[in-house]
Amino acid sequence: MDLLRFITAGSVDDGKSTLIGRLLYDTDSIKVDQLETILKQSKNKSEGEIDLALFTDGLRAEREQGITIDVAYKYFATEKRKFIIADAPGHIQYTRNMVTGASNSDLIIILVDARLGVIEQTRRHSIIASLLQIPHVVVTINKMDMVNFSEEVYNTIVADYSKMADMLKITDVTFIPISALNGDNIVNPSINTPWYKGETLLNLLETINISNDINYEESRFPVQFVIRPQSEDLHDYRGYAGKVLSGTYKKGDVVTILPDGIDSTIKAVEVHGIEVDEAFAPQSAVIRLTDDIDINRGDLIVKKSNILKVSQEIEATLCWMDNKPLVVGNKYLLQVQSKRVRCVIKEINYKLDVNTLEKQEQFDQVGLNDVVHVLIKTASPIAYDSYNTLRANGGAILIDETAHTTVAGCMLS
Amino acid sequence: MPQHTLNYLDLLEAESIHIMREVAGQFERPCLMFSGGKDSITLVQLAMKAFKPGKIPFPLVHIDTGHNFPEALEYRDRMAQEMGAKLIVRKVEDTIKARGLKEAGGKFPSRNALQSYTLLDTIEEFGFDACIGGARRDEEKARAKERIFSVRDEFGSWDPKKQRPELWNLYNGMIAKGENVRVFPISNWVELDVWNYIKREGIELPSIYFTHEREVIIHNEYLVAMSEFVRVDEGDVIVKRNVRYRTVGDMTCTAAVSSTAATIDDIIKEIQLTNISERGETRIDDQVSEAAMEDRKKNGYF
Ligand SMILES: Nc1nc2c(ncn2[C@@H]2O[C@H](COP(=O)(O)OP(=O)(O)O)[C@@H](O)[C@H]2O)c(=O)[nH]1
Repeated sequence: MDLLRFITAGSVDDGKSTLIGRLLYDTDSIKVDQLETILKQSKNKSEGEIDLALFTDGLRAEREQGITIDVAYKYFATEKRKFIIADAPGHIQYTRNMVTGASNSDLIIILVDARLGVIEQTRRHSIIASLLQIPHVVVTINKMDMVNFSEEVYNTIVADYSKMADMLKITDVTFIPISALNGDNIVNPSINTPWYKGETLLNLLETINISNDINYEESRFPVQFVIRPQSEDLHDYRGYAGKVLSGTYKKGDVVTILPDGIDSTIKAVEVHGIEVDEAFAPQSAVIRLTDDIDINRGDLIVKKSNILKVSQEIEATLCWMDNKPLVVGNKYLLQVQSKRVRCVIKEINYKLDVNTLEKQEQFDQVGLNDVVHVLIKTASPIAYDSYNTLRANGGAILIDETAHTTVAGCMLS
Repeated sequence: MPQHTLNYLDLLEAESIHIMREVAGQFERPCLMFSGGKDSITLVQLAMKAFKPGKIPFPLVHIDTGHNFPEALEYRDRMAQEMGAKLIVRKVEDTIKARGLKEAGGKFPSRNALQSYTLLDTIEEFGFDACIGGARRDEEKARAKERIFSVRDEFGSWDPKKQRPELWNLYNGMIAKGENVRVFPISNWVELDVWNYIKREGIELPSIYFTHEREVIIHNEYLVAMSEFVRVDEGDVIVKRNVRYRTVGDMTCTAAVSSTAATIDDIIKEIQLTNISERGETRIDDQVSEAAMEDRKKNGYF
């Protein structure tokens, strides 16, 4: 049994909460007491029947306002897989939340209301999915019951979406006609869509191959912590603790420590204190080297044969996540894995319209939820990958130096 | 090509260990909240694995409410000693005396709210900048939105609207003096994951997690342990039952479940079959209001 992380996106009232509720309900993931609470609330809302959407509305402020304001995580499991759902709200102003939820997702479910077809929000969600390089896209065409399960309606939407997906270079797309409310093609194949020959949503989620999403060629290991027991029996022990972001590491591998560019050889690879033949992504491990060199948190251990960028000038697409606007010339902290350095935003090349992909060179300011392409200059060299070639080491965040808040998510290029 | 497969427990473990190491790397004075309950026991196991062959580079802290199960306390002390870990215990009793706090009355007096005072005092006393806790997002709705690095102000207060976005596996633990970060490495684990992990790792648990005969008061379908801390009223139904604990909190607000499960396998089987959630079945205090947890968190609760 492995683990799949996915995010659901849809505009308000497309049925996202109902779909999540349905998945949880049909996989027996909602317990009786939780169901009773929902039933009570359903009555409070005087909607009569049980409202599955209520299961996903977390905080009281949201319940009172009847909206969701932030990413919430939900869990369920079947015999085949464990699932983590990032539930990000669909409102126009919440690009920030979707980017956050998308950053860790293997797959995105994009909801389309069958009556409305591909709309501006569908496009926005797809653009974000493509920016964040979510490997797999599933387009669920919902509320099929409201269009008489029409194959024609379905086909039109599939054609419309496919055209857009081509433009956005989204390659792995699957379409499923569903009714979240009634459960058609969610867990069980629907008798209402005899023309649909594909899988049910759950079946797809359970079987989609995600092991190929990991890059085993390029090896990246950021040092998080140096283990030095300095006890009598381990007097000279020095282990570099970190997580294998991609690739593999084994004894005898010749490695380079970046950004300094010093070479060494691996003496031993340990996982949880036990020496192993090989550590691979995404394992947490400890690497020991034959040479006694000064390595610290923030350094990156890569295989010598691997090439990546080491630079003080980095181009990046960033999603602004703070209420205070982005100011050119302002200093921030850039965090790439365990490395944190001061940096300055030198230039804003353009603002990206997430509804159209249009690059705007004229704009007033960069505020919350804006996506811009910038040039960052760092105080010291950074070893990084382009997000589009190695997602695992191409993401970064910007931190406000004085407020300490996370102000942007960056896809380095 | 060699097979590179990890099962879900390996994946969860790798993520949690990464978080443990981020704490050790980003903070000056972290600590791990250790109560002797299964979630914090899991945390300790993960911390041990994260820093092998070194020792856990931070102390274990327990806020002793005075209403703890003796079995959990015995376990807590023994484990800390076996690991050679530093254990700091601070008592709610002492805070009550020193600060003249008023205890909640009632039939099952809860020290849940008072616990926050002792915690904040302890954080100040030792200058802790990060406290690692065993909360999981599946426990409760208000938890589902909790970040892995959750920033609290000087009053321990949690503001859902001020949470920092958490992208990829990048955690921002930067804080101002007086602020503090609560870190939840097993956020993405569900109850059953914890039990399966305990089984896989062969971790010992306090005896109250397994079936034993106990005198309990039957109260609104809950089985509450008889102890000096609860008020017995006329007409109370007190019986002896075979019970176990699904979660271990205070004796006054954690209910037992009827069970004959004597091994981890038995427990896992029962949990797979049960149709009641962990909190619903065991946390008497959550029933008070739908938003109970949310309110407590805003007041500095873990
Ligand atoms: N007829 C029909 N109604 C649906 C379906 N899915 C959701 N709805 C309804 O659409 C409304 C909005 O659904 P909700 O899940 O709250 O949307 P969200 O805003 O995307 O989370 C609710 O009244 C649902 O009952 C569906 O498949 N068929």
